[in-house]
Amino acid sequence: MNLFLIVLFTPLLGGLLLAGIRHPRWAARANIAIGMVTFTFSLGLAMQVLNARGFNTLDGWFHLDAYNAFLVALTAFVGMTTAIFSAPYMRHEFDAGRVNARQMRLYHSMFQLFQFGMLLGFTTNNIGVLWVSLELATLATVLLVSLYRTPASIAAAWKYFILCGMGIALALFGTVLVFFTSSSVLGHGNEALTWTLLHEHAGALDPFVMTIAFCFLMVGYGTKVGLAPMHAWLPDAHGEGPTPVSAVLSGLLLNLALYALVRLKMLVDGATGTGLAGHMMMAFGILSLFVAAFSLHRQRDIKRMFSFSSIEHMGLMTFAFGLGTQLAGVAALLHMTVHSLVKSGIFFTVGHAAQAMRTQKMSEIRGLIRHHPGIGWGLMIGTVAIAGFPPFGVFTSEFLLFTAALESNPWTTIPLLLGLLIAMAGLLRFVQPMVYGETAEQAVSVQVNMLPVYIHLALALVLGLSIPGFLAGWYEQAATLIAAVSAGGGV
Amino acid sequence: MSGAFLQQLVDSLAALMLLVSFALLAQHRMLSVLNWFAAQGVLLAVTAVVVAYGTDNHELYISAVMTFLLKGLLLPWLLWRVIKELHVHREVEPLMNMPLTMLIALAVTLFSFHIIQPIEKISELLTRDSMAIATACVLLGMLMMITRRKAITQVIGFLAVENALFFAAIGSTNGMPLVVEIGIAFDVLIAALIFGLFFFQIRETFDSLEVDIMQSHLIQEDENE
Repeated sequence: MNLFLIVLFTPLLGGLLLAGIRHPRWAARANIAIGMVTFTFSLGLAMQVLNARGFNTLDGWFHLDAYNAFLVALTAFVGMTTAIFSAPYMRHEFDAGRVNARQMRLYHSMFQLFQFGMLLGFTTNNIGVLWVSLELATLATVLLVSLYRTPASIAAAWKYFILCGMGIALALFGTVLVFFTSSSVLGHGNEALTWTLLHEHAGALDPFVMTIAFCFLMVGYGTKVGLAPMHAWLPDAHGEGPTPVSAVLSGLLLNLALYALVRLKMLVDGATGTGLAGHMMMAFGILSLFVAAFSLHRQRDIKRMFSFSSIEHMGLMTFAFGLGTQLAGVAALLHMTVHSLVKSGIFFTVGHAAQAMRTQKMSEIRGLIRHHPGIGWGLMIGTVAIAGFPPFGVFTSEFLLFTAALESNPWTTIPLLLGLLIAMAGLLRFVQPMVYGETAEQAVSVQVNMLPVYIHLALALVLGLSIPGFLAGWYEQAATLIAAVSAGGGV
Repeated sequence: MSGAFLQQLVDSLAALMLLVSFALLAQHRMLSVLNWFAAQGVLLAVTAVVVAYGTDNHELYISAVMTFLLKGLLLPWLLWRVIKELHVHREVEPLMNMPLTMLIALAVTLFSFHIIQPIEKISELLTRDSMAIATACVLLGMLMMITRRKAITQVIGFLAVENALFFAAIGSTNGMPLVVEIGIAFDVLIAALIFGLFFFQIRETFDSLEVDIMQSHLIQEDENE
């Protein structure tokens, strides 16, 4: 329990502390240290949860089980490596005069506040607080997206703010509807929003109200997941914000929104006893996969291109969670892990590449491998990994997903395969000329730190070759938890 | 006061809420939009007090005070300051003409009643009739957001949606638990402050508060080279 408190409050206190550190270099170091503390304790916490098979803490306000403890560890890990990456990256931006000392302070402080919102969202047991924390994480990143104060970044942040604000308002309406039916079962108080109690009494909730509530929740949280057709904010927010922010948006924030959606789907399945919620998620998933795969071909900005790849993968995960079987659950969780690792790794590389080539335009980035082999190889291997080539973990999770789809809905494998092929073609078509060939003239040498990228890719490789026993057991535990309700619902 | 009287009182407040939402949509002048927005906030606080009295729920008094201060006074005042400092207190500039907007608003309201009515039958709360109106108000707020050209009217639409959600919470469920209520109020406050910050940044960068001009700075994916 103490471990949990340390994990949750380190980022909050860290964020407040960073607001007071004036010197950017010290702030960057403190940021890394806070990330390391959070990650170390989150590992301990994860072990504790795994042994105890889930427990409530602090009077039932927080609930930890296999599903969220694993996401807490993942969030803390990517948060830590992003902090390590951001130190030289942001120093370069600072030296180049794109941000001033005050903006650096805002950046570091908001970065940790965002981490706090993420961890609060994952661990809270109250679906109302879950909504609040998702909004908190969103607000923190809005300020980060507009950090450069360029016209494009302000326009992107405005779009992000309005669209996600609207989405999240719809999710709140869905939550109110859940409370509307649950308050007649569990009484008029916090109990009626407590997830564990709702989960126990899901059968007593009114199926009709829960169906309408899920429509709102699906569109609301779906906006934050970046599902098509509500994805318009995502490429702009990723393209215009600082690269460490793109990395945590893609690698972490989208996960939290999907996590919230799956938690609520478990309740809806229990109440309705039909596969309706799952089918909605499958439909949104496939649509997102296709929209993203085709849009990817039309991009000219490297960060926007990879953000469409994020939409594609979030679509795949949503589809897998929608399938609802245990195997699909394992596939989705594994995919979530490797996508977070590989995609944030790619964004780190892209950030350095854009600094070295002094542009984000793909047509002007040329010959990375000659100019700086580390960046070139990092981008090539990262792209190969995210496109789903063996032996990386993305291949494994996609393979599992196809197996699960073949078992329950065989016809879906055709659109899935098609979407993946189109997306892969798009990725390779753009990345190949950027990596090979003659180095572009405007290239400058920059200080890079490729260590986080290599760690992320190595982990994705390990997950692809052989998933360690404890981790496999962990995935199975979590997937059983998610699938149990769905199976009870008769999917 | 008897239960039937309270029931009627809440129903009338719900009707007023719908009326204010329509009024908000129909305004031509920026300042009157703000006035109606403030009126909506006050109306919300009154509803909260009535429901709190009727259900003997003391937590709701706290939300009522918070709502009055935040949505009835602070936010309208902040927006008024922004309008004054940026000199935008002129016309609203809708994208669609008013009669058409009103007709769509009417259709939206009918639609909400159509989907929500089956739900209301199952509830035994004092305030069960207001769910359909709350849904209608949410959709009307969204309509306002998409039919207005200026960033500031978009924000008022956004806050009107928040108001309608709060109304859904107190009106149809007798209020969410206090922790959630405070969390939401806190988020709305931060959001409003960020909005305010943005107005000045947008004005400084684009020399205009029009959304179209702003969005033209984003890279369009289908733009030809």
